[in-house]
Amino acid sequence: MLEIKDLHASINGKEILKGINLTVKSGEVHAIMGPNGSGKSTLSNVLVGHPAYEVTKGTVTFGGKDLLAMSPADRSHEGLFLSFQYPVEIPGVSMVNFMRTAVNEQRKYKGLPALTAGEFLKLMRQKREVVELDSKLANRSVNEGFSGGEKKRNEIFQMAMLEPKLSILDETDSGLDIDALRIVAEGVNKLKTPETSCIVITHYQRLLDYIKPDVVHVLYKGRIVKTAGPELALELEEKGYDWIKKELGE
Amino acid sequence: MKAEQQYIDLFTQCEALVCRKSAEVLNAPRAKAFADFERLGFPTRKDEKYRYTDVDKYFAPDYGLNLNRLEFPVNPYEVFKCDVPNMSTSLYFVVNDSFDKHVHPSAKLPEGVLFGSLKDIAAEHPELVRKYYGKLADTSKDAVTALNTMFAQDGVLMYVPKNTVVERPVQLVNILRADVNFMVNRRILIVLEEGAQARLLVCDHAMDEVNFLSTQVVEVFAGENSVFDLYELEETHNSTVRFNNLYVKQEANSNVLLNGITLHNGTTRNTVEVQLSGRGAEVSLCGMAIADKNEQVDNHTFIDHQVPDCTSNELFKYVLDGQAVGAFAGKVLVREGAQHTSSRQTNRNLCATREARMYTQPQLEIYADDVKCSHGATVGQLDEDALFYMQQRGISLKEARLLLMFAFVNEVVDHIRMDALKDRLHLLVEKRFRGELSKCRGCAICK
Repeated sequence: MLEIKDLHASINGKEILKGINLTVKSGEVHAIMGPNGSGKSTLSNVLVGHPAYEVTKGTVTFGGKDLLAMSPADRSHEGLFLSFQYPVEIPGVSMVNFMRTAVNEQRKYKGLPALTAGEFLKLMRQKREVVELDSKLANRSVNEGFSGGEKKRNEIFQMAMLEPKLSILDETDSGLDIDALRIVAEGVNKLKTPETSCIVITHYQRLLDYIKPDVVHVLYKGRIVKTAGPELALELEEKGYDWIKKELGE
Repeated sequence: MKAEQQYIDLFTQCEALVCRKSAEVLNAPRAKAFADFERLGFPTRKDEKYRYTDVDKYFAPDYGLNLNRLEFPVNPYEVFKCDVPNMSTSLYFVVNDSFDKHVHPSAKLPEGVLFGSLKDIAAEHPELVRKYYGKLADTSKDAVTALNTMFAQDGVLMYVPKNTVVERPVQLVNILRADVNFMVNRRILIVLEEGAQARLLVCDHAMDEVNFLSTQVVEVFAGENSVFDLYELEETHNSTVRFNNLYVKQEANSNVLLNGITLHNGTTRNTVEVQLSGRGAEVSLCGMAIADKNEQVDNHTFIDHQVPDCTSNELFKYVLDGQAVGAFAGKVLVREGAQHTSSRQTNRNLCATREARMYTQPQLEIYADDVKCSHGATVGQLDEDALFYMQQRGISLKEARLLLMFAFVNEVVDHIRMDALKDRLHLLVEKRFRGELSKCRGCAICK
């Protein structure tokens, strides 16, 4: 589904990613862990095409297509979704209007007719239940005045609406209390199918208790330095990153 | 030769004609207006009040005038396709500066309410018009007002007697129609007596691809406890120049809403002066401009808190694209003794390109000590983070920009107290941003 080869990327001329290689197959859940500043968020931003980052080397194919050649919107239409670490507030743009535009642009891309107002509202109602999102929030401006937990739930709600093939959860657990974490994680699990994949970026094991990874990677100084099964996350939780740095001879 | 000379010459030569084709009450102040105009001359950009609009430049070219009051062979009901349909208004037209005699079947007004040709009503009810005409529009202070007073021969009068409520909004469509470069001098006088209520929507359209220069002076007298809404919607074209001077005087506990929306224009200068003269008077003064190419929009406002317990709320928003230039200068004066004044002024602007320019100048002058006054002005760009967030959800950059721009100006639209107009404006604003309003929609020619 996703194949990253020797990916280098920089921001303001500073190289952050220094040769990432990663393959995610359909139905797989990958966890990416690593100390602060190792390039985890950069990786997710580069994949969704954030204009601040420049890809200097390497290739990324997504569903057999050249991902890096696509506009951010087309990457989304092709089925790539990022749950933002810091969801953006958009005053004056209602959730309904925002989501309707997003869903219908995706449908247009796929050659499907736009949803009618009635169909759309029905879809919103159904998907809201996935993350128990209050109907009041759905009527407000995008993320405006939402609590930290509500913002993250809103991300998963949008994921439910857009039904992506590959979702990247960028520190979706940060700022969540235990209940909100459970609701968000259950939401992600409900949306899981054998055809969809997930990359979970996190510092902590606790999210991985709910969303079970098939593979765990450690990103350090812009490279994936270790890849193993789910037991690696537990080991990191217990011992931190120093032992990995030692293995690397630092 | 300076630009004012041709108007001085014209008036000297044609004064008798101007007067003959107008009404006595309108003729009375012409001589003083002329003297004031000769003395003042057009303001230059050194004049604080006209810093952002080069008046001379717009008045210098040669324009035709219709001092002879020839009728233009146009039936507005046939050529005008209203952009605000199904709104159930009492609809009237002014073609250039003449009130149109065709009365639309939709026009229905309560008994005692007058709405019609200023010239005709001034002849029928001279005592009524004399009491108000020219009493707010001081010719000694503004050359454009002086010029308008010299040449204005007709326009519109709206009179709502005591305790009369005009439920149905009144819509006035100004149509500019000419085959040569053309100047119009239009006059509007609005009187609401004690307890009267009315809403007026004024739409500006230009039907021909010639250069138009219009001056319009509007005087509004809002009596005690009266409620009045004035919406002005400009949808003209790039070779239209509009100078609009609006003077408002509010008595005790009156409530006035002024909302000026520039959707499409050439050069627009709106001057608004509001006197809050009676305790408890409240004014909402809103404005919005969407401009691109070389369009210019200059709003100059002055709110004069003369007595205690008055409230003013001001909100102006601009979206400037292309090489558009916007200006907002808003002065609020709180006079000595005007205690418990509450005044808020906000001006927010978006510059969508590097070439677009916005000048903003808030000004507060306060001579009372127990007041609540605030002002704020910002000039910025669209939120990059929000744009990217929307693109990640599959919304194209173009569409994301549009959504943000709608959100930005809709705050002004939401102040409108007429639901049908509000809905319509949401749509018009969307069309405007999508570039579907690049020409006047009412236009018979540029369809």
